[in-house]
Amino acid sequence: MTTQQQLSAAAKAEIIPGPILEAQHLKKAFPLRRFNPLGAARAVHAVEDASLALFPGQAVALVGESGSGKTTIARILARLYHPTAGTIHFLGKPVKLAGSRQISEYRRNVQLIFQDPFSSLNPVHSVAYHLSRPLRLHGHARNSAEVREQSLALLRRVSLTPAEQFLQKYPHQLSGGQRQRVAIARALAVKPKVLLADEPVSMLDVSIRLDILNLLLRLKEEEQLALLFITHDIASARYFAEETLVMYAGQMVEGGPSEEITQQPKHPYTQLLLSAAPDPDRLRTEGKNLSVLPARGEIPSLVNPPSGCRFHPRCPHAMPVCRERFPQKTQLGNGHWTHCHLYGDGQADNVSG
Amino acid sequence: MNASMKREPLLEVKHLSVEYDAPNGTVHAVTDVSLTLHRGETFGLAGESGSGKSTLAYAVARLLNPPARVSSGEALYYPRPMPAQNGAHASRQAQSGGGAAWQPFDILRLSEEELRSFRWNDLAIVFQSAMNALNPVMDIGTQIMDVLWTHQSYLSKEECKQRAVELLQLVGIAPDRLKSYPHELSGGMRQRTVIAIALALSPEIIIMDEPTTALDVVVQRDILGEILRLQAQLGFAVIFITHDLSLLLELADTVAIMYAGRLVEQGSQRAVYEHPRHPYSYGLINSFPSLHGPRRKAYGIPGTPPDLRAVPTGCAFHPRCPLAFNACKTRLPLLRQVAATAEEGAPEQVACHLYNQAFREEAPTSADIAAAYEAKAERGGVR
Amino acid sequence: MSQSPSSPLPPTAVEGEQEPEAASLEPQEGITEATFLSALTTIARRTWGAATTNRKVAIGSSIVGFFVLVAIFGPLLINQDPLHYTPGIGVKPPSSAHWLGTNQANQDVFIQLVYGTRTSLFWAFLTGLLVLIISVSVGLVSGYFGGVVDDILSVITNVFLVIPSLPLAIVAVEYFSRTVFTVAVVVALTNWPWGARVLRAQTLSMRGREFVTASRSSGERPWRIIFFEIFPNEISIVAASFVTTSIQVMLAVAGLEFLGFGNSSTVSWGTMLYDAYNSGALLQEAWWWFAPPGLCIALVGAGLALLNFGIDELADPRLRQLKRRKWPKKQRVAAA
Repeated sequence: MTTQQQLSAAAKAEIIPGPILEAQHLKKAFPLRRFNPLGAARAVHAVEDASLALFPGQAVALVGESGSGKTTIARILARLYHPTAGTIHFLGKPVKLAGSRQISEYRRNVQLIFQDPFSSLNPVHSVAYHLSRPLRLHGHARNSAEVREQSLALLRRVSLTPAEQFLQKYPHQLSGGQRQRVAIARALAVKPKVLLADEPVSMLDVSIRLDILNLLLRLKEEEQLALLFITHDIASARYFAEETLVMYAGQMVEGGPSEEITQQPKHPYTQLLLSAAPDPDRLRTEGKNLSVLPARGEIPSLVNPPSGCRFHPRCPHAMPVCRERFPQKTQLGNGHWTHCHLYGDGQADNVSG
Repeated sequence: MNASMKREPLLEVKHLSVEYDAPNGTVHAVTDVSLTLHRGETFGLAGESGSGKSTLAYAVARLLNPPARVSSGEALYYPRPMPAQNGAHASRQAQSGGGAAWQPFDILRLSEEELRSFRWNDLAIVFQSAMNALNPVMDIGTQIMDVLWTHQSYLSKEECKQRAVELLQLVGIAPDRLKSYPHELSGGMRQRTVIAIALALSPEIIIMDEPTTALDVVVQRDILGEILRLQAQLGFAVIFITHDLSLLLELADTVAIMYAGRLVEQGSQRAVYEHPRHPYSYGLINSFPSLHGPRRKAYGIPGTPPDLRAVPTGCAFHPRCPLAFNACKTRLPLLRQVAATAEEGAPEQVACHLYNQAFREEAPTSADIAAAYEAKAERGGVR
Repeated sequence: MSQSPSSPLPPTAVEGEQEPEAASLEPQEGITEATFLSALTTIARRTWGAATTNRKVAIGSSIVGFFVLVAIFGPLLINQDPLHYTPGIGVKPPSSAHWLGTNQANQDVFIQLVYGTRTSLFWAFLTGLLVLIISVSVGLVSGYFGGVVDDILSVITNVFLVIPSLPLAIVAVEYFSRTVFTVAVVVALTNWPWGARVLRAQTLSMRGREFVTASRSSGERPWRIIFFEIFPNEISIVAASFVTTSIQVMLAVAGLEFLGFGNSSTVSWGTMLYDAYNSGALLQEAWWWFAPPGLCIALVGAGLALLNFGIDELADPRLRQLKRRKWPKKQRVAAA
């Protein structure tokens, strides 16, 4: 029994019975501008039927390469995009997709952290300004004394000390890690229950990435935040999150406890992703051999994606049925599931790969 | 390639320093770096942004732009005795005293003319965003043939085309892509094309500066596999520069780690991975979460990389180092040999007072460093 | 435009560069937040830095500053009607009584020049400001909202873009009234599309930046994002376009007046040139009559153009702290 299983059990049993934020069957297509009005309407099918649930005090990692639709999901959940189809439930209640009042209420609870701290802070504004806006907008601080007091508290919470000095600084005076801490503080300023972190460390220097991840983990535990961690690095998904979801070309292909996903991947794409991840440990077992990859190629165009399972053109185990339709979800036990015809099509039987 | 060939030096960098004048002070981008690249070897250079790893490579390739300049040092290149057709070598060897075929010469003292033939013929570079460096209005076949024409004018048009097809096949691109324009190719294919261009004149050294950073993991792995395969086939040496140490440890024969413009550790891939000596190396390796083994809390390196205009005195790493003691603040540690275990093979060098008997009787083990990092993290209130 | 700015600018900075700043910040007026004030002071500091380190900016701001001072204080010191004439004096070269001589109408050229400075600069900067307000509003709104709003505004912009400025001004002056005001309005109406297009393109790219998305997701309202998040990042373009339009307006107004479409009861550099030409100053070789206004137009134009060079440096926030003494702009790009 791993600690994360205990934790997730505890979270489910004690704090809240259900998920705090749940998205079901999300779909997003970005229409392309048509230059020929008679031509067929074309669209980028960025996300196809994605579902996920976030629990307080728990992190879910969404792993995929560029073009997998993981950022689109974060932005749908942050209400920056409208989903083409699908529903979002917050604390069990469906979230209406229109109306600025509801959006404001929703954003008070769900905040997004961006990938690039060099572009997510406005170069012309000071740290103090960045923190004061959400505090004032959401009515947490009414006068400038309260704003200052709370801004200082926020900076201390993200370990930017002495906070008084950081308040006056401008983004260009901060290092990448410090900027990302400011961005996290800004997200925390609205006192959210859910944090959506879109590749929060991939633009940072290697030696400070763990610090930021540990900061997010600490916040998750201390404040029982629900975290969605979007990453291309499956190893940091394992480090960071209790649960991992793997996406390929807009489709969710596999999900379950992070440990199971990384140690016993079932879907051929997850297996490919793991075999491609940098891993010095492999040297011990396999020697210096980088050319062994179960599949090659790149993510297909999402304007005309492959039919059925979108991985089938690259899949070493592709069958005729893979081309025809996307497989149903197969439960593999212990919360581990996959969408793959190799493991049956929606049946809960265990077929070994 | 056999073992004896591998230990033959190809490039010897000695006490190289690069600096440039910035608005507020001189930036010491690279300070007193010495290293040896052997024939057919993959030499990995790791470090964070601003560690000087790219500047070092650019200096060796003579690609530094003013105001950056080499302030001291030399980069000796050991040419291979070549058949007469390669004009560049012949002329250079003639001027360096005739007979000695293995006479090394200093890259940093080549004239513009000599430099032109040295680049491409002996040394090629693949840049970080190389795939965007392709000319968008020229098909890739023409771009490859251009390089061939410029440097091997004795080839006929037909021969050039033949060679371009060969090169594309070498990097795994179908010959019918010869007439494709860069925008018709995926990121991975473009990067392969750039590698094909680098290989065009069969150089002895290829410097790769973060060649796969912009690519997705699967494509990255594919291309790295290709590079290693080509290297085994053609026998060139690679200087591989990256911030991704976990990748480098899988790829390189020798790994050197830079911090604030200096080499802090250098050794065989195995030695650095299994027993990182320098606390910085240890911290860097452990900044990458592992895919295997128990899931445990890991600690990053506290603090941020230093401003190169005001590098801390003594060991530049001491403000972030969990094991720093008084001498680290004042005395600069130099690279010194440390005893390597039998398994590690090649001698290991580290610039750290912890391994200097004058300061410390017993060198710390990896567990000691780990404990120190953890303790420092606890103290720092990160928990 | 000649009122003194509210920020604590260093004394010498006031001379030359108050116009672009005060003007570029105009759309934000009425907002009295501490951040705004601090932004203003940082701009002032940058202005000061640029004016003292960059030679082009130093020369440009001295020239423009000199003319602004003349425009403000000159008429106060002279305190004499520029149309006042000394009967019977005729066309006379410069003397101690009449520093720049006199003209056919027995008027003092120097006094006319000083008063003309006020008229010419006032209208140039006022029209520049008008152009600025229209182009900023249209450009930012169009770029930020996109979609139908952008389509409509883009069509309007493109229509105005192709209206010929000078012929329209001539027609308007004949149709409405022979005042500088009419000319200024026409010049403003035909000059704003350029700035609007540039700003729209810039806003379009700025809209996709993450700090804008971050503001949206923290619940900021669109107008606040446009004017507080995006606009301050575009100040360099705005200031540059203000300076450029001011030059254009000054030349257009002078040109129209020279062609005789001005109001003969006001004195400006353009009407001075018109009078000089019509009275045959060239034939009389009365250089003191036509040369000074021409020279003034050329000087102010050159001064504003020199200022323009420095504006991109002012707006780069990373330059705020750098003390650029020894190493000018190009040297910033250090080897990576």
